[in-house]
Amino acid sequence: MWNWIVAILSDPNTRWILLGCLLLGFSSGIIGSFTFLRRQSLMGDTLAHAALPGICIAFMLTETKSVGLFLFGALVAGIVATFGISWITRYSRIKQDAAMGIVLTVFFGIGVVMLTRIQHGASGSQSGLDKYLFGQAASMVMTDVYVMGGVCLVLLIACLAWFKEFKLVSFDPGFARGMGLPVGMLEQLILLLTVIAVVAGIQAVGVVLVAALLVTPAAAARCWTDSLSLMVLLAGVFGALSGATGTIFSTLVPNLPTGPVTVLAATVLFAGSALLAPRRGLLARRLRSLQAKSAYLREEHATLQTLSAQRAQQERGEL
Amino acid sequence: MATFWIILTAILVSSACAILGCFLILRRMALVGDAISHAVLPGIAIAFLWSGSRDSLWMLLGATVFGLLTVFFIQSLQAGGLSSDASIGIVFTALFAVGVILISLNAAHIDLDLDCVLFGEIAYVQWDTLTLGGTDVGPRAVWMLGITLLVILLVIGLFYKQFKLCAFDPALAAACGIPVVLFHYLLMGLVSMTSVASFESVGSILVVGMLIVPAATAYLLTDRLGKMILYSVLVGAASSVGGYIMAYALDASIAGCMVAVAGILFVLALLLSPKHGIVFRYARRKFAAR
Repeated sequence: MWNWIVAILSDPNTRWILLGCLLLGFSSGIIGSFTFLRRQSLMGDTLAHAALPGICIAFMLTETKSVGLFLFGALVAGIVATFGISWITRYSRIKQDAAMGIVLTVFFGIGVVMLTRIQHGASGSQSGLDKYLFGQAASMVMTDVYVMGGVCLVLLIACLAWFKEFKLVSFDPGFARGMGLPVGMLEQLILLLTVIAVVAGIQAVGVVLVAALLVTPAAAARCWTDSLSLMVLLAGVFGALSGATGTIFSTLVPNLPTGPVTVLAATVLFAGSALLAPRRGLLARRLRSLQAKSAYLREEHATLQTLSAQRAQQERGEL
Repeated sequence: MATFWIILTAILVSSACAILGCFLILRRMALVGDAISHAVLPGIAIAFLWSGSRDSLWMLLGATVFGLLTVFFIQSLQAGGLSSDASIGIVFTALFAVGVILISLNAAHIDLDLDCVLFGEIAYVQWDTLTLGGTDVGPRAVWMLGITLLVILLVIGLFYKQFKLCAFDPALAAACGIPVVLFHYLLMGLVSMTSVASFESVGSILVVGMLIVPAATAYLLTDRLGKMILYSVLVGAASSVGGYIMAYALDASIAGCMVAVAGILFVLALLLSPKHGIVFRYARRKFAAR
């Protein structure tokens, strides 16, 4: 096992991919914590699907496959999608979940139409565009890792700079508004950061699964702690761990795509956390309820005994 | 003939989805439909590996089991204190990942294209025909979808009152002695059945489109459940036909075009619906202000 890992690390290409996935997992875990607390976990899924037409338009306009351009296209599409969702929920009686579903599928449908147009148009250089559906970290090159690093840096700095504000908006938007914070703008900012994380993640894990990078590490981290700063850090570490696991396993086993393995690693981390976490874990809770039950029984037993002793005394006294 | 079969398949898919979608929208579970349609993938892959063929019955069975498992997992995570959106996100991505891994590891044994999983290929429907007693009786997908639609009509028709009450007021339904949980799982079982039956023709993501978009359009047009189901089926059928025409004109994916047309119809309803549309509400407000 150790030899394998050394062998993997000695391959420079794999090293870049590993670094990229680590950074990606770390940054999406961090921003995912905020979306998780704001109960918008599925926003990541919606934004990822909605990014497809953006990517296709960017390709159709420029006929080149550059990650930066795709990022830009996806970013624009993601912003349009978030506005669409808030517009639908504000101006009609359709609830947020249905609005998200509508935007997700309609944007994705339009994206599929464009994708097939491009493929039938056959300009030759379009091959590999469909890699965005399931992701292929193995195709990452050094420049992609630079982009990934830049994205990660931006997310980190933003989260550090506005940590207090994001915290307040996540837990109590009403209070934040009362304090005079620009809540609407901060919410849009969190969404924008989510879009950036999602778009960066699409290349590695694909459209369908990128949502997991946001939700699952955050949910796992939530099991361990009640403090936001610790949770954000833990979510980042969990995300980075799953990214690394995904990369290593998919290089070891042929035909194994990176994205699904990363997601499964994150899920395993989540399941472990949900079971074993000291206070909120399933085992701990079960144990606590057992303890409480036995303590209650013991107490009741003791009171019963004293009662019966008293009664016996009384009876003897009467006799 | 090819056109006929394709449009027939599309209409069957959209009708089945549209009926179920109404209940999903009313119960605010639109995204559970999304989760199920993704999470049936491992069921399909396992059925493929198990039976070694594209036998529809096995696929239907495997996928329905996984659909119900998804609902069960989501509910137990929610019972553990996780918010509903997070539990949906965790469960469906995990199951979809399992499915993708199973398929890509056994790529040699499974002739299931991963792109097909997402978009489906409705244009190939006519080539895959069913033969009964030596005679060709039409595409297999049409039969499968027809049977699914029949089952849905039967179940919803038999228990219409119960489903209606569960959709609008689960607490009252429980108080009346209706087994709410049973009907919940029944509905979810139907959704998973439909997503598998439609899987090969329109793919997993566009099934969600057909589940949510026509039903949401109908929701904007009426306040009565019966009418809502009818409108939703009509919108679904219109987007099937419109989608085919658009796909023919653009030379693009039929399923994608269907959802795009459904989206256009939704936007039209959002703007122009007589009761809930933005334009008319705005006009009414202006009128009232005067």
